[in-house]
Amino acid sequence: MSHPPQADRRALGLAFLRTMVRIREFEDRARLAYDTGKIPGVVHLSIGQEAVAAGVCANLRPDDYVTSTHRGHGHCIAKGADTTGMMSELYGRATGTCKGKGGSMHIADFSVGMLGANGVVGGGIGIAVGAAQGARLLGKSVASVCFFGDGAVNRGPFLEGLNWAAVYTLPVLFICEDNQFSAFTRASTTTAGQGAHVRAEAIGVRSVLVDGNDVFAVYDAAHTFIENMRAGTGPAFIHAPTYRLDGHTVFDKAGYRSDEELATQRDLDPITLLEAQLRKWGVDERAIGGAREAARIEMDAACAAADRAPFPDPADAYADVQLIGAPQ
Amino acid sequence: MSVQVEATTQTIAEAARTALAEEMRRDERVWALGEDLAMGGIFGQYKGLLAEFGEQRIVSTPISESMIVNVGFGSALVGTRPVVEMRILDFALCAWDELINQIAKARYMFGGQANVPIVVRMPQGIGRHQGAQHSQSLEAWLVHTPGLVVLAPASAADEKGLLKAAIRCDDPVVMLEPKVLWQTPGEVPAGDHLTPIGIARIARAGSDVTLVTWSTLVPSALEAAQSAAADGISVEVIDLRSLWPWDRRAVLASVAKTKRAVIAHEAVQVGGLGGEIAASIAEELALPVSRVGAPRMPVAYAPALENEYRVGPQRIVAALRKIVR
Repeated sequence: MSHPPQADRRALGLAFLRTMVRIREFEDRARLAYDTGKIPGVVHLSIGQEAVAAGVCANLRPDDYVTSTHRGHGHCIAKGADTTGMMSELYGRATGTCKGKGGSMHIADFSVGMLGANGVVGGGIGIAVGAAQGARLLGKSVASVCFFGDGAVNRGPFLEGLNWAAVYTLPVLFICEDNQFSAFTRASTTTAGQGAHVRAEAIGVRSVLVDGNDVFAVYDAAHTFIENMRAGTGPAFIHAPTYRLDGHTVFDKAGYRSDEELATQRDLDPITLLEAQLRKWGVDERAIGGAREAARIEMDAACAAADRAPFPDPADAYADVQLIGAPQ
Repeated sequence: MSVQVEATTQTIAEAARTALAEEMRRDERVWALGEDLAMGGIFGQYKGLLAEFGEQRIVSTPISESMIVNVGFGSALVGTRPVVEMRILDFALCAWDELINQIAKARYMFGGQANVPIVVRMPQGIGRHQGAQHSQSLEAWLVHTPGLVVLAPASAADEKGLLKAAIRCDDPVVMLEPKVLWQTPGEVPAGDHLTPIGIARIARAGSDVTLVTWSTLVPSALEAAQSAAADGISVEVIDLRSLWPWDRRAVLASVAKTKRAVIAHEAVQVGGLGGEIAASIAEELALPVSRVGAPRMPVAYAPALENEYRVGPQRIVAALRKIVR
């Protein structure tokens, strides 16, 4: 269940920290595993963006839905997906969340309402809208949250999906996790207007701009919107600017930005900011260190389990194509 | 307006309406979405359904094709059974990402976690002289895509039976409805009539040559078979009706009997599904086979030009005579 905003902010902050350092540790380990040849394919890291996933998903129940992007590890973890299954998927093992069929870009865990990362920019928008409409038809009262990046606001599904959710008053929370880069290109050079939130407002969706590196700000905005959505007020939109501290993929050294810019942004690392806030509030140093230590232990175990897990049987390539007319 | 049609003779549009209404009564998870559905759909195939099922289950949507398909997809992932209307196949191209990249692959790339029980309806083929963007037949693209079931009824009975089977199927199904045949009447079995997916129909029995066809070309094929009979050529016409999976067993058994085959489709011949069937016959039986399809050009507006695209009975008869003689 969600926490009322007036509850103990320190406890809430520690909960955010635990989620954020788990995401960070998972992705640090994924990068290392890629560099050492353990992960065969592409990985997109969300290092620096963890506050958005953590702040939004802290408001969600297990039966709420989330759709994500090609940069989706954080959303999966924050929604409750099992990190051993996820790491095994990245390693391409039979025990992966998707049995090695999907990889980083297609992690889904339907058992926790995670309806899929997505290899197509903007691909998850309609899925989240449809999940909300389907759930309503089935008489379920759930929220549907759709994460996408700054690139997706320039694709057609952005217009179609926001309009649709508003027309049918669907409980969809749209989150533009704006990491300032559309692949290798600075998003500001390819996006007209006053920002994603203004665009959303023009379509007819209530919208707010929040600091995506301030997990409390993200949490509070999402909290208000989601509580209203559960009461039937229709969709809402959060534009959360943050910063992608790594390249577009693990192959990308991001030479298109300066060391000075990166240094400035590193000072704004949301985990650093949150820890500073917790210290200011007098949170015990052992609790802060404990969160990091727990994440290290968890991801040690996830990587070890992934490394031990069997590779898929080549015969499994033919399974799960379709029920009727599968490959012979 | 009543949607209860007791008569055994129905048009394809009426059979479609009956099938959907029966499935929606049977299963509350079934719903339909698409443009102008509240008005009965552009061919009348949804007429009266809003009154019976209400606006939560017969949803008239914005002209947002990619969202129509992706909303259907998302709703299928959470347990509904959507029937998605594309108006005509050509407009479904605005939702190709959703259909090909998302829906067709979801079961596979999520490791079998999700079924996607969605039906995407795409009336296809030449209609009333509507030009290049309202006349295409693109079944080959769809059959080429792993994950999809592709159906193409050509009669009222199969429209009802295949649409009901499609709605009950746990795979994503593309239903290619024969646009030009909507108002063609036929005998429809009463009650819970289901046509099995993957089973062809022998539309006319014969012994000298097998003519494999589907969708809008079935009437032309039967007409061609009638003409050929006057020349003493006995043609076995197979209405494939399921394009994926297609009924290899029925086709190969017929060709093994007649020793030769012609495949005819309205779509462009180059890269068409006819080539796949011809290759299968050649690989399995090493018997003579030929194809009849449209020239590789867009469909023109003026009837004199449009007719150059059409695969009519005459072209089929010519191919039959050539392969038999």
